[in-house]
Amino acid sequence: MTLVCVKNVHKAFGDLEVLKGIDLEVGQGEVVAIIGRSGSGKSTLLRCLNQLEKHDRGAITIADKRLDGEAMSPKELSENVGMVFQSFNLFPHKTVGENVCLAPVVVRGESRASAEKVAREVLAKVGLSDKYDSYPAQLSGGQQQRVAIARALAMRPKVLLCDEVTSALDPELVGEVLRVLEALAAEGMTLILVTHEMGFARDVADRVVFMHQGRIHEAGPPADLFGNPQTAELKQFISAVL
Amino acid sequence: MIEFSLWDILRNLLLATRWTIVLSLIAFVGGATVGLVLTFMRLSSSRILQRFTSLYVDLFQGTPLLMQLFLIFFGAAALGHPISAWLAASVALTLFTSAFLCDIWRGCLEAVAKGQWHAARVLGMNYFQTMRHVILPQALRLSVPPTVGFSVQVIKGTALASIIGFVELTKAGTMLNNATFEPFTIFTLVALLYFALCYPLSCYARHLEKKLYDAGLR
Repeated sequence: MTLVCVKNVHKAFGDLEVLKGIDLEVGQGEVVAIIGRSGSGKSTLLRCLNQLEKHDRGAITIADKRLDGEAMSPKELSENVGMVFQSFNLFPHKTVGENVCLAPVVVRGESRASAEKVAREVLAKVGLSDKYDSYPAQLSGGQQQRVAIARALAMRPKVLLCDEVTSALDPELVGEVLRVLEALAAEGMTLILVTHEMGFARDVADRVVFMHQGRIHEAGPPADLFGNPQTAELKQFISAVL
Repeated sequence: MIEFSLWDILRNLLLATRWTIVLSLIAFVGGATVGLVLTFMRLSSSRILQRFTSLYVDLFQGTPLLMQLFLIFFGAAALGHPISAWLAASVALTLFTSAFLCDIWRGCLEAVAKGQWHAARVLGMNYFQTMRHVILPQALRLSVPPTVGFSVQVIKGTALASIIGFVELTKAGTMLNNATFEPFTIFTLVALLYFALCYPLSCYARHLEKKLYDAGLR
């Protein structure tokens, strides 16, 4: 079943055309890794999927509902699409528990008690039950990113977008975050990740999408893409990063 | 000629200090109120409001407080509505203070990382929810040290109200000097009284700044 459908999406910043007609379908429970050089448009595509950037042309639907224009309120969007950022973006003045509870209480109008119950569940899922009352600054980068994942999960999104979520981490902390994502994938969560972790893309993704100059240049199962790249650009990219 | 003892001088100066404090409070409360409105006008999406506020801020930051006092005090009289030194000083200091506080607070709001807006937005929060729960609490913490620090400028600024005849600490000093011809004693006392008002505030601002710094490192 198709969950996310991107049709002919264009996006330009002034004269700079960043997305030149993207078509992409992501099925329920699928894990899609988007790879490519910086500037290839992969982060912009991700940000269009939750309308942090409004695309200029084309259509994006999630669970058969259009999300572009004014079609979906931020509230409705947040119940469909969650996002985790490279720079965590936790709320530094709130504890871990408050970070996770805030949106369910404020946006969805859940009671504090039920939000706290959900918060403890999602924090357990990312292995941070004991950090409920800590402040973000008291945690390591890897722990902060896991809180950010828990915070996104608390809104029960249908798909989780991950924008280079391990790029700001020390190498020894990357593993703990990737393991959480792997567990989510195994549970059937739909994931779309922009990533530089080729090993992770190869091992966990169902499909890898290689973007080049604002277009999807090649896409397919990781074994095909990494084992038998068809285009010169992908060959060059793979030899540069592996 | 009446003889003034040191105690007489100090007593009169202390009595006048009341009015310096009252005028400072009026300027600060009035300035904070107007400044708050200006801050949100400046951050609104309306071009006209943005232009108006930045012009306002530039105007009051770019001219001496003394000229602002003169313009309001003498300007009102020239327009046929003479106003008291009290009112002129209150209005001028309020406008002056509001322009600086608007600028300080806008800076604090903008100093909150852009990523905080993005995070709130993808969690489904609207503008007001984001302001209320995410941006304002952080900006408020940032704003306390510079705001307290600026209040020192307001207190010292009230001295200029003496020139339009408002009897506060500086004016009282001038009047006492005219009667006693002891400028050194009197203006030393005046300076010490200003210092007694401002120094604790400066220390408090520094203390707050340190607390903020420590909190950031926590």
